[in-house]
Amino acid sequence: MTAIDRTRAPSGSTPVASARRSPLSWVRGGGLSNLIFLLPMLVIFGVFSWWPIVRSVVMSFQHTNLVSPPTFVGWDNFVQVVEDPLFWTAVGNTGWFALLALILGYPIPLIAAVLMSEVKRAKGLYSALAYLPVVVPPVVAVLLWKFFYDASPTGVFNTILGWVGIPPQPWIQDATQAMPSLVVEATWAAAGGTIIIYLAAITGVAPELYDAAEVDGANIWQKIWHVTMPQLRGILLITLILQIIGTAQVFLEPFLFTGGGPVNSTVTVLLLIYRYAFQNSLGGDYGAATALSLLLALFLAVLSLVYFRLTRSWSQN
Amino acid sequence: MTTSTEFSPEVVRVSAHELSGTNGPKRGASGRRPPRASSSRRRRAANADATDRGILSAFDRRRPGIRWGVRLTHAVLLVLLIVVGLGPLLWLAKSAITPTVDTLRTPMALFPNGVDWTNLSTAWSTVHIDVQFMNTVWVALGSWLMQIVVATTAGYALSVLRPKYGKVIYGLVLGTLFVPSVVLLVPLYLTILNPPLLGQSLINTFWAVWLPAGASAFNVVLIKRFFDNLPREVFEAARTDGAGPFRLFWSIVLPMSKPILGVVSVFAIIAAWKDYLWPLLVLRDPNIQPLSVRLPTLQSAIQLDVYLAALAISTLIPIVLFLVFQGLFLRSAGLGGAVKG
Repeated sequence: MTAIDRTRAPSGSTPVASARRSPLSWVRGGGLSNLIFLLPMLVIFGVFSWWPIVRSVVMSFQHTNLVSPPTFVGWDNFVQVVEDPLFWTAVGNTGWFALLALILGYPIPLIAAVLMSEVKRAKGLYSALAYLPVVVPPVVAVLLWKFFYDASPTGVFNTILGWVGIPPQPWIQDATQAMPSLVVEATWAAAGGTIIIYLAAITGVAPELYDAAEVDGANIWQKIWHVTMPQLRGILLITLILQIIGTAQVFLEPFLFTGGGPVNSTVTVLLLIYRYAFQNSLGGDYGAATALSLLLALFLAVLSLVYFRLTRSWSQN
Repeated sequence: MTTSTEFSPEVVRVSAHELSGTNGPKRGASGRRPPRASSSRRRRAANADATDRGILSAFDRRRPGIRWGVRLTHAVLLVLLIVVGLGPLLWLAKSAITPTVDTLRTPMALFPNGVDWTNLSTAWSTVHIDVQFMNTVWVALGSWLMQIVVATTAGYALSVLRPKYGKVIYGLVLGTLFVPSVVLLVPLYLTILNPPLLGQSLINTFWAVWLPAGASAFNVVLIKRFFDNLPREVFEAARTDGAGPFRLFWSIVLPMSKPILGVVSVFAIIAAWKDYLWPLLVLRDPNIQPLSVRLPTLQSAIQLDVYLAALAISTLIPIVLFLVFQGLFLRSAGLGGAVKG
């Protein structure tokens, strides 16, 4: 109802030179129903998306505690964040996670999808098995793997290693092994989704292209390399940048597996943001948290822009 | 950025077309095949092979070396998928009904000292996983409803009614796709803590999860693009017959959109079931927390076998949903790629 009043006001205030502009004809012309249908989205997006985005920028320049009114402090929050001794640790760890996730998680789904695309019988079974880990709630997956990573000789993975004569590993309790362990779990949890996306793309490759390649005498590897891969180029480029954007915001794994330890070896940028805002004994440092999240968003935006600029000519077939 | 080219209508036209075959290609191909004379079947099979072929040609498949190579690769692949995809879940199912001591001493042994079914009932009724279970269901249902209402009404207004200012609003919606969710975290938390006009905090109410869930630009884009490809003639015919905008929405557009509503529903329910950080922040009271938030805190409080049983129970519903609606899940996942690409 408030919406009607709000929109009627400006249209009523204009001179009634043209009768088409009167409120009644506005309603008859569908203006009111347009607004009624848009209203849920305008309210929800306004309050829970557009306004928080604006507020985030404002807050990064403010000192906010929930007691006294916020005060503007210029670039202080950004300076504080960058000078935090943990900042570069977190950036390095996040980069390390992203790199490992790329090395491990980028080729595996592609290889699996190419192999699975040639399955004729029970193809659905293959897809279902590959997708199963994606369906497991991420929290359950992490907690389950945390138990698998038990460092004692009777831990699940250490038992399996024992079968082939490998001594027990410390897994997430060791500063160098913790991050790779996290990446293995993250890859397990995410690979299925990427496999299904690639599988859909491979199915979409025009059969004539393979026919033509065969006429030219291409063998199987040449067909994969010169027909399938170029046809997947667009989707491969997109999944690459999406994976980087996703891994740059990794939170769940370090938070639940290690809480950032051992010796800060798994503190990621998002974990740092969380600590600033919600795990601070002095009360939430919302300014620092928003400043760091804006820095991260800015970095990702610049990265994607550069990425798309660099790959533009390459991604067009 | 690249949105204008990325969100080309062709992609959705294709996917909308794929979606309209709600039975999925698999069932259509094998499930309802009428008995045929063998000669015609062979011809059909040859035809299917010609149009449906992949990397390997029919000629490749006939060569024994390749045939056995492919069979071996696929067998190895299947074993790997079973071990990696199913293995951890089977282990969880086993350990959920194994006494703690056995799981700790010999985690890979299969019931060395018998089965302990009471773990499941203890987790359910003594630890009261049932409360968090129902909370998860409520969170998922509310988020689903909120997303469907917001996305369908907005999609309808932007695609069918098309007010003059629609393009500006759609641009603003698209813009939010490029903002990582972490930017929203703190300001959104403060909004929930002190929402406009309401005068009371939404912390520890389901609304704290439901309302922000509605602000999904992805859904709006998905549904608007589906509506864009519905035949305009039907709308014109309905308008000529005297249907107003509400009637058109309820009786024409929504019934025609069942495939895309299914996809959005899958996304919404999975997302709600998976979400952790946001409900952790706004649902502080254990009696209102969903499973994902409660489980990590249980770890130190209860026996290992009961804890693993709780993990197993939490996994059960998504797995069952997946197995029942497998086609819809996998098509949605593929569609997610089509939209992103």
